[in-house]
Amino acid sequence: MDGGQEIPKIPARPDEGEPGIRVGVDDWVATHEQRRERLSGPLGRLQREIERTPRPAFYVAFGVAAALIPALTSNGYVIRVGFDTLLYMLLCLGLNVVVGYAGLLDLGYIAFFGFGAYLYAMLASPHFGLHWDTLFVVPIAVVATGLLGLLVALPSRRLVGDYLAIVTLFFGQLFYTVFQNGSRISLLGIGHHSWDVTGGPNGIVDIDNWDLAGLKIGSVQGYYYVALVVFLLSLTAVFLIDTSRTGRAWKSLREDPLAAELMGIPVNRLKLVAFAISAAIGGLAGTLFAGLNTAVFAADFYTPTLIIVYAMLILGGAGSLGGVIIGAIVVNVSLEALRTPGHATWIFYTLIVASIVAKVRPWRWVVIVLGGTIGLGYVLIAIANQWFPRWTEGEPTIGGWLGEWLNQWVLHPSNPQMIGNVAFVILVFAVLGLMLLKPILLWIAMIPTLYLTAFVWQNRLVVEPSITRLILVGVILIVLMNVRPQGLLGAARVEIV
Amino acid sequence: MNWNLFLTELVVGITQGSVYALIALGYSMVYGILKLLNFAHGDVYMVGAFIGFGLITVFGGATALSINIAVLLVLMFAAAMLGGGVLGVMIERFAYRRLRNAPRIAPLITALGVAFFLENSAQLVLGAQFQSYNTYAWNNGSLWSNGFTLPSGVHVALAQIIVVVGALLLVVLLSFFVRSTQTGKAMRATSFDREAASMMGIDVDRVIVVTFFIGSALAGAAGVFNCLVYQQLWPYMGFQAGLFAFTAAVVGGIGNLPGAVLGGLVIGLASSFATGYVSSTFQQAIVFAILIVVMLVRPSGLLGRAAVQKV
Repeated sequence: MDGGQEIPKIPARPDEGEPGIRVGVDDWVATHEQRRERLSGPLGRLQREIERTPRPAFYVAFGVAAALIPALTSNGYVIRVGFDTLLYMLLCLGLNVVVGYAGLLDLGYIAFFGFGAYLYAMLASPHFGLHWDTLFVVPIAVVATGLLGLLVALPSRRLVGDYLAIVTLFFGQLFYTVFQNGSRISLLGIGHHSWDVTGGPNGIVDIDNWDLAGLKIGSVQGYYYVALVVFLLSLTAVFLIDTSRTGRAWKSLREDPLAAELMGIPVNRLKLVAFAISAAIGGLAGTLFAGLNTAVFAADFYTPTLIIVYAMLILGGAGSLGGVIIGAIVVNVSLEALRTPGHATWIFYTLIVASIVAKVRPWRWVVIVLGGTIGLGYVLIAIANQWFPRWTEGEPTIGGWLGEWLNQWVLHPSNPQMIGNVAFVILVFAVLGLMLLKPILLWIAMIPTLYLTAFVWQNRLVVEPSITRLILVGVILIVLMNVRPQGLLGAARVEIV
Repeated sequence: MNWNLFLTELVVGITQGSVYALIALGYSMVYGILKLLNFAHGDVYMVGAFIGFGLITVFGGATALSINIAVLLVLMFAAAMLGGGVLGVMIERFAYRRLRNAPRIAPLITALGVAFFLENSAQLVLGAQFQSYNTYAWNNGSLWSNGFTLPSGVHVALAQIIVVVGALLLVVLLSFFVRSTQTGKAMRATSFDREAASMMGIDVDRVIVVTFFIGSALAGAAGVFNCLVYQQLWPYMGFQAGLFAFTAAVVGGIGNLPGAVLGGLVIGLASSFATGYVSSTFQQAIVFAILIVVMLVRPSGLLGRAAVQKV
């Protein structure tokens, strides 16, 4: 029957018998881990250990650590900063869904935050005389904001990312204008009656506190815990979505929308879902914000806040949940520290010295650059004392021993504003110029530039903390995108062409 | 129908539209070549306006000018265009060049950072308050009283004529440059296909620098034009102007130069009629509505050709 002919045995598939490799995983994907860059030595071992630990363990650790903070300190300011940080984390988490996972640039995100806050304010304040239950208002606000997100994404779902960016940016602007002028809404000139919907520039005040089925949240501590619980719940939800089919589909959409579509992934629907979820989380953050502050103003939901949230997301690493936590902590705590000149100066000089120690090689040049800068300072002070006394007559801007020591070698002219402004512009050009130089020449040119940096910092930046922090946020975005686009915790993406 | 209001808004709209058209041209040129939405473009316009303001201040301020107005105007435009152009080239060199092959979202976020940095630096150096060119005071307001009056009594000021004619002149020069010079041809080739252009021996880096210089110079000139008519300037003026100008570029068909001019006029007229007939609060809403409608009905813009995505 079988004619003596032997059917050749089909060779074993290369992946059979190797438990690590699954069907549908090709060589490139399977060896992905080996190709990742790792540090060598003990640091590398630590890195591998960290990578092996399941991610939820870190989130639990974070939750426990964060829950302990109010127990360790009774300082209201610290807890308030903690609450703000948690709020920013929540905002970042929402933005991470749309920017980090789906790869869509949503520049109107802050309007969703504002919409949630205003909705809570309208339904639970004397403004309309409504005092609905928190457990009722918060879900309404979250769902309504999610639907708004859907509505904004609808017209641009077929368009490439850039159009989406401009539509959402415009939407954010429009939101601000409407809520800033929403105190006299009349139906396009029909009739003479006008309604005060948003309170206009006066905002909505006297908003009710959160009331969770009889448990009134009245203190900053209370809000801190509520925010922590809300954040951890949202984090869990996003983590579950991230590891689900939807999460993987989003990432394929982010990497290559066209290829994703060809693979049968419903690209348009996924974009809308990402938008809706991100908007809903933004709205949730808004209700918390309105509850604690008991007042909302349109100016709270404007571009600066948006850019700060972006800076956090980018610094931490878009697409990484741990990055969301780290980014929000680093940026918010630094921005908060900038308000106090003493703290800000410590951070500023530590960062500068650290980056010089990290980047300048060989080592002797570290000493030459730092010593040269300080030496230049003493020489300039001596010259100024001899011939140009007005350059040392200014008021020192910071105290403490650090301030006193800095005053010995940083000039303080009698009109710091004017000279500081000019020096700031020169500094920007000087730093850009440095980028064109090669080592040796670069190290030498760094000496006067560093001195100029210290001069501008002492005389101008430290006295204008509210603008300085925004300038620094802008610089963070530009530098990170150019130097380390994956942020602190994000994984570097391999571009496949 | 109130013809007077209509004509007034028409004149205002054309003036405003010329300014938007100049900004939109730069947006469109850069987008055509790099496919990059340069959010910082509006801030180049702001810097141009402040350079003009600086010159007025240097020459004694608006009320006590120490030189001839015509000379001053020429100086202002030359300085604003040069300053804007250099700023644009610097932004390209230091912020965008390394990101040319990065994922698309990276240069967009960088552009946002650049815009934010420029706005806040300007606020640090120049102060947050509104300044004014105060050109009403020049030569007893000759820029305003001179000009001509339409039959219905609507006055068209000399300043408005300068703006419209000046913008027209720049647009004609630009279209001559793009159509007939060697560099212009290289620009068109690069925007058509960057890789192929570089294989044909076109120095793409140089073309991109020239594009940024010209686009930003136009924005700088637009800043001076705008303030000649509307007087006021402040560090955050670039944001809304940039948004409107970008809408203009999209309405006309992004990457399409005549489209940018047409779009600028459409947006200028729409916003001025919105201000005249409804309320200035709704100006933004109406421009936004136009943007949404154009994107839904004709995503490639009025004059643009539908793009076919190549794989």
